[in-house]
Amino acid sequence: MRHVFELASGYILLLLLVGIPLYGFAKGVKVYEAFVEGAKEGFAVAVRIIPFLVAILAAVGAFRGAGAMDALARVLAPVTGPLGLPAEVLPMALVRPLSGSGSLGLLGNIFATPGLGPDSYAGRLGSILQGSTETTFYVLSVYCGSVGVVKYRHALAAGLLADATGLVASICIARALWG
Amino acid sequence: MNLVFVLLLAAAAVAGVIKGDVKAVGQGAFDGATQGVTLAIGLVGVMSLWLGLLKIAERAGLIEKLARAARPIFRPLFPDVPEGHPAISAMLLNIAANMLGLGNAATPFGIKAMEELEKLNPKPGTATNAQALFLAINTASLQIVPTTVIALRASAHSSDPAGILLPTMGATFCALCVAIIAAKLLQRVWP
Repeated sequence: MRHVFELASGYILLLLLVGIPLYGFAKGVKVYEAFVEGAKEGFAVAVRIIPFLVAILAAVGAFRGAGAMDALARVLAPVTGPLGLPAEVLPMALVRPLSGSGSLGLLGNIFATPGLGPDSYAGRLGSILQGSTETTFYVLSVYCGSVGVVKYRHALAAGLLADATGLVASICIARALWG
Repeated sequence: MNLVFVLLLAAAAVAGVIKGDVKAVGQGAFDGATQGVTLAIGLVGVMSLWLGLLKIAERAGLIEKLARAARPIFRPLFPDVPEGHPAISAMLLNIAANMLGLGNAATPFGIKAMEELEKLNPKPGTATNAQALFLAINTASLQIVPTTVIALRASAHSSDPAGILLPTMGATFCALCVAIIAAKLLQRVWP
């Protein structure tokens, strides 16, 4: 199943990379000039999102560096444990909206911990959680930063609600299957 | 966002003082700031490649065709976006790339979509309903097959690396539905 999808992704990528220029050429588009003109924007877009990324990542960096994340996890663990979110997975759930690489690192930790591993309840729950939620703050910073939108309105609330739903659904499914 | 920013920093300061490790707060912030620039600069190459391809697609009329084809699905979700608008095809490409796990293609398409939606924005700098809904959809992980997680499980010698596939799809679907419903309901109350 996984290989089928990976193969399909590879072919679709190929189709886009080669197909678009070929189609354009057939339609009489000056493909090289058009490509260069479009690509010119790439650097400007990346530079435009830098302040937005620095703002959120510096704040998250200070938060995690200070150990506030661990403290929060310690406070919440007695409450969330009985609900099906064990203390080992809780830090991951807290980090997930803030940092994708951070939560993936924590998932790797769960897999490597003796007595847990990828086939334990914690390992499976963490896997589902990682795959069903997104780095909301990164998405908002990049996409809003690229167009200079600073007032996100309800986008943040909706995104965090989606993350919370992903978490609750992951726990319900994991409990039903492996609890 | 102002509140989130201040809360993160205040909590960092409090935790740093209580733990007696105030230096770690500053170090964390510096590391984060550096990481932000590294991430953004790392995007330049792939971003330029996809934006170049998009320009060809636009000149060839492919973007407009795509927008018309996607209209039936996108019209109820994004009623403010006119028919055949390039924002629709950019959003479609972004969502398709996300579903396939082509993360480095999804970001340039998403940025293009935001740029096109910003052209329709009467109040530049404040997210429109369409932008907020598009962002909400993007914050639900759309990837059909979580290849990174499966690979990590396989490398940790799981007996069933891909066994989390269907459960993940179920949880993702729930998150996506809530993202759309929340965006649609909240847009009425949020100024």
